[in-house]
Amino acid sequence: MTVFFHELRRNRLSLAVWAAAIAFMLGISVLIYPQMTAQMAEINEVFADMGSFTAAFGMDKVSFGEFGGYFSIECGNVLGLGGALFAAILGISALAREEREHTAEFLYTHPLTRTRIVGEKLAAVLAQILLLNLAVAAVALLSMRVIGESAEAKPLLLLFLAYLLMQAELAAITFGVSAFLRSGGMGLGIGAAIMLYFLNILANITEKAAFLKFITPFGYTDGADIMSSGRLEIKYLAVGLLLAAAGVSAAFLKYGKKDI
Amino acid sequence: MEAIRTEALSKYYGKARGITDVSLTVEQGGFYGFIGPNGAGKSTTIRLLLGLISATGGRAEVLGMDISRERTRILEKTGYLPSEAAFYGGMRVRDIIALSARLRKKDCAAEARRLCEKLELDDSRRVEELSLGNRKKVGIVCAMQHRPELYILDEPTSGLDPLMQQEFYALLRERNAEGATVFLSSHVLSEVARWCTHAAVIRDGRLLAADSVESLGHTGVKRVALRGAAELPELAGVRDTREENGTLTFLYGGKPAELLTALAALAPEDVTISDPDLEEVFMHYYAKGDA
Repeated sequence: MTVFFHELRRNRLSLAVWAAAIAFMLGISVLIYPQMTAQMAEINEVFADMGSFTAAFGMDKVSFGEFGGYFSIECGNVLGLGGALFAAILGISALAREEREHTAEFLYTHPLTRTRIVGEKLAAVLAQILLLNLAVAAVALLSMRVIGESAEAKPLLLLFLAYLLMQAELAAITFGVSAFLRSGGMGLGIGAAIMLYFLNILANITEKAAFLKFITPFGYTDGADIMSSGRLEIKYLAVGLLLAAAGVSAAFLKYGKKDI
Repeated sequence: MEAIRTEALSKYYGKARGITDVSLTVEQGGFYGFIGPNGAGKSTTIRLLLGLISATGGRAEVLGMDISRERTRILEKTGYLPSEAAFYGGMRVRDIIALSARLRKKDCAAEARRLCEKLELDDSRRVEELSLGNRKKVGIVCAMQHRPELYILDEPTSGLDPLMQQEFYALLRERNAEGATVFLSSHVLSEVARWCTHAAVIRDGRLLAADSVESLGHTGVKRVALRGAAELPELAGVRDTREENGTLTFLYGGKPAELLTALAALAPEDVTISDPDLEEVFMHYYAKGDA
């Protein structure tokens, strides 16, 4: 497990900064809720009356006036996008970084199989995503306690689970891409995360683009959907898991015989 | 058993040449130099032996094990020093050295300390603060601390000051005397001539010569420079003559005694007799190849 722990150690600062930033934003979002409710009647009307824009963020499905609805939408924006960016950057740099920073020669001339190195790196990526989500969830729950609000336990749990899975999927896909890169890829990772985020918004706006929910992992993490239906959309999730498996397989196959 | 054996080993990067048909044998316990200019294919050969890249043709064995099938077992018994060692930023020297040992699942702390002392390496420094020479020393410790059977060293002394080079070669000699094999690449002929028992010359991806250093180095050829001499000595074995700013230079491949007699007769103001540089030795091999 030397590579696994080395990866965690190497990324500890970046993980701490991302987790702190996302948790802080989400915590603030929760903490300002009481002030929002004061003006909520107005806000609700405004938000419910913006046509496509309302649909884009799922505000036609949940009430912004209830804490659960409010939280699911805020969570989607903060943990959804933030977590996706973190996961994509982590995934895309896991393998390519060794070559970019010329440390590949050091690592790959030690007596470890390529499969083992790739496996431990993947495990480290997933562990970091788990840690980030645990930290963010803890801060969110703490903030809820501070303002004395709560949401239904099951949808809330599903919401956090969905984000965890979505980030794991994104990381697995970008991890696979990373095996084919010699350097960089950071822009590619960030671009992919943002593009997938907007695909989901597009799918929310028009029925014709609803099929996009199969492609983007944001499809099964739509907070509004989860809160209103109380379950994860298995068909979207299944496609996501398949894509993740493809990414991981590509990484193992490609890296097993790559010239370094 | 041979420590390294390659048979018609070839590597192409797409259409670009890496190495072509390199057949090389390094006996166990040998101290072997691999000479060639930059881009000749030294690093490509080494990277093939370590399994970092895969061959497009031919085959090779290291310590009796096939490079494509038994990569991990080969790496267990090998210590490798890259020509430009790069390490993970933000780590201290001692952490890098310990990481290398952990990746080998070995406790090498005592040996690492001894090597750091010998090489005068401060293990509390951060790697990004290190000079080229000090980074090299970290690489040397990582390559040697687990006492491997085979040392594969890519231009090991570049960046080391002359005293450190001495210290480093003394360490290698010590390991070699204990039975380990040393295989190092270099473009400094004098270094190979001084320390290695065998050497191979590579150029443009092809092996030009492989022999004991004695037979390779003592081609008998010397570069002679004469200042204030009116004419060249009349000797067999004089070639590649040049004149620059009143200095005559030529390559001489005959008996030293005859050269000295001839030079005495010319009574030059100043004489320099030196080993020809690498290019000139190559020229020598090329001339031999053409003949």
